[in-house]
Amino acid sequence: MDILAVGIGGIFGALCRYGIGNLAHNLSVSIFPYGTLTVNLIGSFLLSFVAYGSLLRWNLPRHYLLAVNTGFVGSFTTFSTFSVETMNLILQEQYLTALSYQIISLVAGFLLSWAGIRLATVLFENP
Amino acid sequence: MSILLLVAAGGFLGAVCRFLLGSFVQSKHRTDFPFGTFVINLTGSFLLGILFAQNKLHPLVFFFFGTGFMGAYTTFSTFELESNELRRKNKLLLCLVYLLSSALLGILFAYLGYRVGKIL
Repeated sequence: MDILAVGIGGIFGALCRYGIGNLAHNLSVSIFPYGTLTVNLIGSFLLSFVAYGSLLRWNLPRHYLLAVNTGFVGSFTTFSTFSVETMNLILQEQYLTALSYQIISLVAGFLLSWAGIRLATVLFENP
Repeated sequence: MSILLLVAAGGFLGAVCRFLLGSFVQSKHRTDFPFGTFVINLTGSFLLGILFAQNKLHPLVFFFFGTGFMGAYTTFSTFELESNELRRKNKLLLCLVYLLSSALLGILFAYLGYRVGKIL
């Protein structure tokens, strides 16, 4: 049952990532990997907000939380593409783009995850 | 349509593998360092590197294994949440080590995979 919940969330997470990746690819003219950056930043905020929202207020049943967070948001964001895109930028000698991609992803991801935790805490702690 | 089905099938399997392997690795450790996600993200970067080097690969194979499976198997959001939880526990050094080692080793593992993929 746990596996099914994670897997079904994973299906929709992967499809949404594919959709946003395509959209970003069609809109952008630069080599900067905007698609992956977008999904990773949205997902970092969402995962933290849902995790703390559930912890503090919603008390989501275990399977719901597994489907939404472990399944959907976990699959929506990706680390392997982030690594391979950076490596590819380095191979193409786009060092500055590679460095800025890494720094922006890590710092903004960290801040958005923090913002998700803060928002859930402000909204749901000690009503 | 077949592309969407392949991404979906890969996404299902990738998420399930992450869940099973992550729970297993984490259950073997009583430390604060998130070894589960760490192992998943580095192995996933290595494997996607191999796939990336295959220029004769059929695009549909990449949609299943790359976009679907590896994309869902590895995760960025959990990585950032875990970093924040280390910070909340005042394990600032461990938080920094986790962030930087994942990022740098991720690139290194992707490159190693790429080199292995070129030989295969």
